[in-house]
Amino acid sequence: MPFELVPHEVPFFLCDTPAGFPSPAQDDMQEPIDLGAWLVEHPAASYIMRVDGQSMAGAGINDGDLIVVNRAKKPQSGAIVVALVFGDRTLKRLRYVDGRHWLVPEADGFTEILVDENVEIWGVVVGVARKMA
Amino acid sequence: MSPPIALIDCNNYYVSCERAFDASLVGVPVIVLSNNDGCAIARSAEAKALGIKMGDPIHHLRDKVRAHGIRVLSSNYTLYGDMQRRVIAACEAFARDFEIYSIDETFLDLAGFEDRDLVAHAHAMRDQVRQWTTIPTCVGIAETKTLAKLANAAAKKNPSMNGVADLRDDALRDDVMHGFPVGDVWGVGGATARKLIDLGIMTAGTLRDMPMKQARAVGTVVLERLVAELRGVPSAAVEMVAPQRKGMAVTRSFGTPVTTFDGMMGALSQYALRAGEKLRHHGLVAAQLTAFFHTNRHKPDRPQYAGSRMVTLHPMTNDSLELIAAARRAAERAWRDGYAYTKAGIMLDDLVAADMRPRTLFEGDADKRARLMGALDDINGRFGKWTAVTASQGFKRQWKLRSEMRSPSWTTNISEVPTARAR
Repeated sequence: MPFELVPHEVPFFLCDTPAGFPSPAQDDMQEPIDLGAWLVEHPAASYIMRVDGQSMAGAGINDGDLIVVNRAKKPQSGAIVVALVFGDRTLKRLRYVDGRHWLVPEADGFTEILVDENVEIWGVVVGVARKMA
Repeated sequence: MSPPIALIDCNNYYVSCERAFDASLVGVPVIVLSNNDGCAIARSAEAKALGIKMGDPIHHLRDKVRAHGIRVLSSNYTLYGDMQRRVIAACEAFARDFEIYSIDETFLDLAGFEDRDLVAHAHAMRDQVRQWTTIPTCVGIAETKTLAKLANAAAKKNPSMNGVADLRDDALRDDVMHGFPVGDVWGVGGATARKLIDLGIMTAGTLRDMPMKQARAVGTVVLERLVAELRGVPSAAVEMVAPQRKGMAVTRSFGTPVTTFDGMMGALSQYALRAGEKLRHHGLVAAQLTAFFHTNRHKPDRPQYAGSRMVTLHPMTNDSLELIAAARRAAERAWRDGYAYTKAGIMLDDLVAADMRPRTLFEGDADKRARLMGALDDINGRFGKWTAVTASQGFKRQWKLRSEMRSPSWTTNISEVPTARAR
């Protein structure tokens, strides 16, 4: 009987990276946590801005917070964005309602803005940073 | 056929950087002033249309500024340097390699991309730069750097090209070259241009068609190489001396990768020495120095890192030792251990004639002045008479550094970042 026809099984292992004992070499490579790098994943297209006002408090973004604004990310409905409204940088949530885009605040007492030719979406907010006390 | 080269050049770069963070500057005439707020070094299209020329002293422009409401800004090199890093990062995926030529111009090696529609490729790159940075650009594509430079100028001049000119097309190349004044060809100096015009060589096209021997007789081997470049034969030795105020770069690739800081400093010191030589040769001083280095981009499986930092030279200098010290400060900040670096360079920006150097030394309080005088004596002792002469000239002139209309460090200082209104 030819060898090829002998029934046999080839053991098949799905190998994970060993999780037990890290090699000393890897250990040497450990760097302190860089919170900035974690927050700003795309530094070449990201800009840090400071929030002025409370109109996005409902989204957890407060007056004085730092935000990371990414210009490489496509603004989609539901995203928090920085938009230029008549040239003024404004922080709002982008919403698509009844065939139109709106800039929507998330606190009482602020008005929505229709996205028209006077509005330019500048970038998408991808992170927020705040120091406590 | 040599692999295509592209030159990407940012339009009105300093003004475009300012407009990225201040929308009130969009659509109005804007000029940016040189170090010390002396003269116009960048102009928006609207300011150019008002007849404002590169290098116009601001005190000659007062009436125009008032009459037309021109917005006048001090230069903000911190911002321009940071935006340049972003522009280059946005271009990276579109080229095999790149070579920074000045703060707003970068050559790209497009080897390996020949099969694509390079005009569409260049448009995609422009779109990416615009998206990431808001900066508008023009791209020139050709077989040599000199031709790419020419292609870029053509793309800038002809709005119908939509910002991209590919001079590998024979008809287009001929057309552009025969309309291109010989004095505007990259690397043709004023004296050489006059000689050529006397010979009836008025355009880039006729320069290209001039016999090589004659080119050598008129402008030595430098002009001969240039003619070769115009014919599409690349010359590695094309002299890369940037025009005044445009800045210059000294960049090299390493034969063997550099992995230690000392090794890197050895290379950067050499480049700083060379850059200082170039400055002194042209009678210029620089106000900004950038040191940069990166790993081999063609080996994506290896750890990748690109470091770059800009430092302000204060006072402005062309002293190689000062440049080396500045390069060290920049390199220390940008350095990361654990990478194999294959390319590094030094870039100098904000260049002015040495005798126009703003005298920042003699500003401020007496104590500071005394310390600075001490430092000055030290410099005199070390470097001799020449330094002492320029310093005393400056003393009489009572220069002081002005930058009264400088925009914030929008992208590099956490206390100056732009505000987003949530009101």
